Amino acid sequence: MPDKEKKTGTNISRRSFLKGVGTGTVAATVAPSVLIGSEKETEAQAGDAVASATIQLNINGKPYQVEVEARTTLLTVLRDGMDTSGKNIDLTGAKLICDRGECGGCTVMVDGKTVYACMMLAMDAQDTQITTVEGLADGDDLHPIQEAFIQHDALMCGFCTPGFVVSSAALLSENTKPTLEEIKVGLSGNTCRCGTYPFIFDAVKSASKKM
Amino acid sequence: MEKFSYVNATSLEQVATLLSDSRWGEVMLIAGGTDLLAELKEYIETPKTLINLKTLPGMDGIKADAAGLTIGALTTVADIAKHPTIRHHYTVLAEAAGSIATPQIRNVGTLGGNLCQRPRCWYYRDETTNCLKKGGDICFAVDGLSKYHAILGGDPVYIVHPSDLAPALIALGASVKIVGPEGEKTMPLEDFFTLPAANPFRENVLQPNEIVVEVQVPPAKPNTKSFYLKAREKGAPDFALASVAAVFEMNGKTCVAASIVLGGVAPAPWRSKEAEAVLTGKMINETVSKQAGADAVKNAQPLNDNAYKVTLTQNLVSRAAMMATS
Repeated sequence: MPDKEKKTGTNISRRSFLKGVGTGTVAATVAPSVLIGSEKETEAQAGDAVASATIQLNINGKPYQVEVEARTTLLTVLRDGMDTSGKNIDLTGAKLICDRGECGGCTVMVDGKTVYACMMLAMDAQDTQITTVEGLADGDDLHPIQEAFIQHDALMCGFCTPGFVVSSAALLSENTKPTLEEIKVGLSGNTCRCGTYPFIFDAVKSASKKM
Repeated sequence: MEKFSYVNATSLEQVATLLSDSRWGEVMLIAGGTDLLAELKEYIETPKTLINLKTLPGMDGIKADAAGLTIGALTTVADIAKHPTIRHHYTVLAEAAGSIATPQIRNVGTLGGNLCQRPRCWYYRDETTNCLKKGGDICFAVDGLSKYHAILGGDPVYIVHPSDLAPALIALGASVKIVGPEGEKTMPLEDFFTLPAANPFRENVLQPNEIVVEVQVPPAKPNTKSFYLKAREKGAPDFALASVAAVFEMNGKTCVAASIVLGGVAPAPWRSKEAEAVLTGKMINETVSKQAGADAVKNAQPLNDNAYKVTLTQNLVSRAAMMATS
């Protein structure tokens, strides 16, 4: 591998620019076919461009140091990420379903607002407060919306439920007494293929009485 | 997604320089990322570097005063939808913003990103299809599946522009501020968008090293009524099959001035001068509003699967005109 780098004329600064990337990527990035005219300028000016970095994410009130590639999504970190001490983050409540920001299964809150974790880069979630479905309960005390989902049997297969619970909690924190229409709009970014919507709407209504 | 590197923007000059020193598509900009990440995941775009614009100071926020509205490019769609002045005086814009996608997307999607988003055409979004828009020879919608494609201004690429904010802002007479290596310039938002006949590869006149920084909207005139009507395939969040952004200056039931801009039916937001001509200076009634709808689509040339859009658009324009009288 070092021989190949010498042949393509790359030097130490090029390597430090790519520090932290696997050697396979170094080889691919410096392969002659992608060495184009502007390579030198990009290298010099993008001094602070990073292919990967160790970042801090604040999830459910706890700081996590994680090493991520620039392309790693927040959802990937939550579900499959590992902190720098080697411990799995293992917050698998947010689900990977469509992976295109359409189904809502991966909904989490960033600074109190719902986002699709599959459509947000982990690096973009730095300096924010992230709340996942795991962070809603206070110890053994469930969030009112979680209790309401149980009482109203607001799920069938349950796969979309964490996303719906997070969206419902965010809706109720902004609007404690939503109308049915406001509930529908508030939950319009989540999809339930079992069709339990009426029960979900009932659950939000009943939780709103306790907010 | 392919691997890329990521850099936080520190100034507009730095962004313009990074863009100038790279080839088209090699360095791309990310704000909300809801459109870009979908393109990266489908390998439609494979940039080497992403510049994070969210670290630029002073580019988000809405200023509403006697001079009108100034909206920074990083302002989220959700913030536009719920802004009290916009809801009250620029209703068409608040309605358009509220109609976009889902709460999760409105919370992160930005004004600049909404204006610069790429088409939703299924041929364009398919990694393996090398269509005319991506440098190939054919717009596959012409002989292929064209249910969601253009009925106006298509030739030779029949995509529709997916933005909801753009028709509303154009109907309000907005202009856009752009920064490039040579400094800043402002142009009418209407002139920002281009048709495929002028450039089949892009949807706007933005140069590879330029960036949208702000949109300005002139003050709302008194006695103005405005509406955004959007037809979707289902009740669920979606892009428009057809939409109408309509701004009327009324004197009783007489229309003093009208701006009618169509979305979802052409490769760029489509100003209907024909409908405006029918409505301007007239007492609006059912006959006049029907004529406005008919004239809005008189030059429409539907493809195999989208003739329904002609009727849909016609009725939306008529309905908007009737709403101005109530």
